[in-house]
Amino acid sequence: MTALLERTTRARPAAPARKPAPRKRRRDRAGYVFLLPWFVGMLFTIVPFFASLYLAFTDYNLLNAPRWIGFANFREMLADPLLRQSMKVTFLYTFISVPASLAVALLVAMVLNKGIRGLAVYRAVFYLPSLLGGSVAIVILWRHIFGANGIVNDLLGWFGIHGPGWTSDPDFSLSTLILLHVWTFGSPMVIFLAGLRQIPVMYYEASAIDGASKWQQFRSITLPLLSPIIFFNLIQSLISSFQTFTQGFVMSGGTGGPADSTLFYNLYLYQQGFSQFHMGYASAMAWMLLVIIAAFTAINFLAAKYWVFYEQ
Amino acid sequence: MSIVLKARPAEDSYFENLGNTRFVRFRRHLILCAIGIVMMYPLAWLISSSVKPNTLIFKDLSLWPAQFQLSNYTDGWNALQQPFSIYLMNSLVIVVLSIIGNLLSCSLAAYGFARLDFGGRKLFFALMLGTMMLPGHVLLVPQYIMFSKLDWLNTYYPLLVPNFLATNAFYIFLMVQFMRALPRELDDAARIDGCGPFRTFYRIILPLCLPALATTAVFTFISVWNEFFGPLLYLTDPELYTVPLALRQFMDSEGQSQWGQMFAMSFVSVAPVIGFFIAGQKYLVKGIATTGLK
Repeated sequence: MTALLERTTRARPAAPARKPAPRKRRRDRAGYVFLLPWFVGMLFTIVPFFASLYLAFTDYNLLNAPRWIGFANFREMLADPLLRQSMKVTFLYTFISVPASLAVALLVAMVLNKGIRGLAVYRAVFYLPSLLGGSVAIVILWRHIFGANGIVNDLLGWFGIHGPGWTSDPDFSLSTLILLHVWTFGSPMVIFLAGLRQIPVMYYEASAIDGASKWQQFRSITLPLLSPIIFFNLIQSLISSFQTFTQGFVMSGGTGGPADSTLFYNLYLYQQGFSQFHMGYASAMAWMLLVIIAAFTAINFLAAKYWVFYEQ
Repeated sequence: MSIVLKARPAEDSYFENLGNTRFVRFRRHLILCAIGIVMMYPLAWLISSSVKPNTLIFKDLSLWPAQFQLSNYTDGWNALQQPFSIYLMNSLVIVVLSIIGNLLSCSLAAYGFARLDFGGRKLFFALMLGTMMLPGHVLLVPQYIMFSKLDWLNTYYPLLVPNFLATNAFYIFLMVQFMRALPRELDDAARIDGCGPFRTFYRIILPLCLPALATTAVFTFISVWNEFFGPLLYLTDPELYTVPLALRQFMDSEGQSQWGQMFAMSFVSVAPVIGFFIAGQKYLVKGIATTGLK
């Protein structure tokens, strides 16, 4: 090895090859200085990342040292009925609220894109709720709007419908949170609107001359040209909605009730880790969620080949 | 992107008139207004209930209160262990420091990624993008243990320090996108005039990035102001509580059915977000369209 190195250095004139090195090092140094806070921050990410992987295979209650138990946490998870319930809640919530809110967002964005007076006002009104949807105040408000004698039931009463106690009935409590998610359709809507405005009007004009119907225009122009943005919104919404916590916590006062109907995965993780101090189990749960999210993202990326269309 | 997003009142009304009958236009506005009313109704109800006496909140259906009283605000302000101003101040301190931290650390990192060349840049950039997708709960347990070993529980450090360490990859990404759009010639000209990387950064690039910085500040404000999980985990001393934690106490003491006070303080807690939204709307809409932030 050293012989080889010597031969190569001798073969070439040493001076010009060596010269850029100090300058390169100085150039490198500037970059590292700018990234210094980020490097330290990455330590706060990478070390806990691997630490939690280790803890997932241990029994740890914060007081005694972690004890290695192999796959016992994961085996326990398979048999845990509450974990199954929390997954059911989270999947149900995600698979209804994400498509619903994206569909509403796309529809409203398309109407707004038709060219309309007062666009800025409409956009502001539709966007504002998405900034408030995750706040405690709004979840409290939601709880009372949908309460047994809240305004929703009063409104239904006008039509002679006797509404259920939305938040106290396990069959309906999750649906109120799904509605809360749909209420925040404004942020994907703004992204859709930006995407729609980049589709050249001439495509629509040309297709109209060829006799295309509105539905055909939507299928063959809007949908394909907007598909990268739909894809982006879908990934974003899926990842964030798998991690829902505040809504379930505040709605149920931290219990996930009634009858565990709002026991989101992360809420159950929090209960395991920070009420019962099953830190190892909580870590195993977190890794399971990571795997689920990664799997869904991967499936999406694979499926994207068949429906996402990139112009050039 | 900014050109595309700019509201174009003249053009909009031109397009609106184009090829649409009066009826079609009317129907379209009718639908949008209906959706708008449904969207805004909960907020209107919140404001209206905050000035109604408790006995009327769930009885008097009209949004315009038959009996108008501001005592919900004065009573609610002092209903918890601490006056509400303490919670507001706590939240404000955390928000302001978080904004400063994010602006400083993320703009430094963004400049490094966008403009400087160094060994491992591509790898680090990919790593940064990867952390954007990482669910936060994966880091939760070890971070909690680490913060408790550092004796940081019941302090604001766990909520603040990460913001000074550029852990929010979204904002870095936003700024990188923005900086990449700035002409390279500016950097070259500055270098010829004798600026090093640092001076180029804060004399040339940073002032031009003002819109991206404003977007970051507005988003940081809203997300930190609303944040519930971090404070719930790390703050147990009521004197340190932030506004969302304080509001939760109202829920716990709901047996006394002081709804009016609870709604009044709920409105106090969302009012700054609404205010910031109205003031910073331009930056929010631009930011969300470039990075897809919530």
